[in-house]
Amino acid sequence: MTSTEHVDHGHQTGHAEEGPHDESHAHKPNSFYIKVAIALAIVTAVEVGLYYLDLGKLFMPTLLILMVVKFVTVVSLFMHLRFDNKLFSWLFYSGLFLAVFVYLAALMTFRFFDGS
Amino acid sequence: MSETTLTESPADDHSGDDPATGVVHVGGENVVDDHGGDHGSGHMVTSTGLSNNKLAMWLFLGSECLLFGGLISTYMLYRGRHTGSPGPAQLWDIPLTSVSSFVLLMSSLTMVLAVSAAQQRDDRLTTLWLTVTALLGATFVGAQVYEFTTFYYEGLGFTTSLFSSSFFTLTGFHGVHVTVGIIMLMALVGIITRSKVPGDKAEVVELIGLYWHFVDIVWIVIFTLVYLIPA
Repeated sequence: MTSTEHVDHGHQTGHAEEGPHDESHAHKPNSFYIKVAIALAIVTAVEVGLYYLDLGKLFMPTLLILMVVKFVTVVSLFMHLRFDNKLFSWLFYSGLFLAVFVYLAALMTFRFFDGS
Repeated sequence: MSETTLTESPADDHSGDDPATGVVHVGGENVVDDHGGDHGSGHMVTSTGLSNNKLAMWLFLGSECLLFGGLISTYMLYRGRHTGSPGPAQLWDIPLTSVSSFVLLMSSLTMVLAVSAAQQRDDRLTTLWLTVTALLGATFVGAQVYEFTTFYYEGLGFTTSLFSSSFFTLTGFHGVHVTVGIIMLMALVGIITRSKVPGDKAEVVELIGLYWHFVDIVWIVIFTLVYLIPA
């Protein structure tokens, strides 16, 4: 007799090789994600508000900090990188930091920062 | 894609199953019971113990950083090169772009809710949130098309200046990414609707979710560097 089986043992089995992989994010309640989204929306509103205000020399650093906060929040919490296996973080951040350093070097080569 | 349904021979009695490692012996093959990356789906054993699909997606997203890094850097270099033609100060419609940024941000919320529903094997909620995400993405693309059309009628063509070429290339590439994401979302809705095994697409939903969130974080950077920080 041939039967069809769905291989799933729920949450009874171990994850010796994966460490913290996905265990915690899988059980985050939807209210958690809604709160994160509200926080991101508020930060976006602050960014737009700053555009219309005159903060002088603080304007650009503040905007860049808020941008990084939003970026890291989405990557860590929505993309679950904070809870996932560290190998995923290495893969993504390797590409990200390589891009940042390569293109900062390229911009410096073109004297982009000299005039600002 | 991980195969979740396996045909079991009569001889398979799972006597060699190892609950400590999550390895299940089915049909002569070892299958990892990976309820993390793909809830309820069986994965083939991998050398890392992780889903190869997920590894590939993160590697792809890491490489995408280099693509968009190049496009953003090029724009930053050329954003002031628009002598005799409209520049950012004359063109930007910050309220419109802010609203479309907010829409894309909220699509990240609906996407993560779709992933959450898929992990709970709730196909109805999964397809609902995926559809809402696609609609929010379509709204964003619609706003971008409107913006491009407006710019065109204000005298900014693709080859008008170095500024316009780099701007349209950067935001156009991003728009194409969002459009591809919408196509994937709608295809996934169709696949889940036709699937005979309920709740078995959690990993696929998660992978497309990763792509969608990446599109969102790229826009977070573009919105600040291109629109909010003046040239």
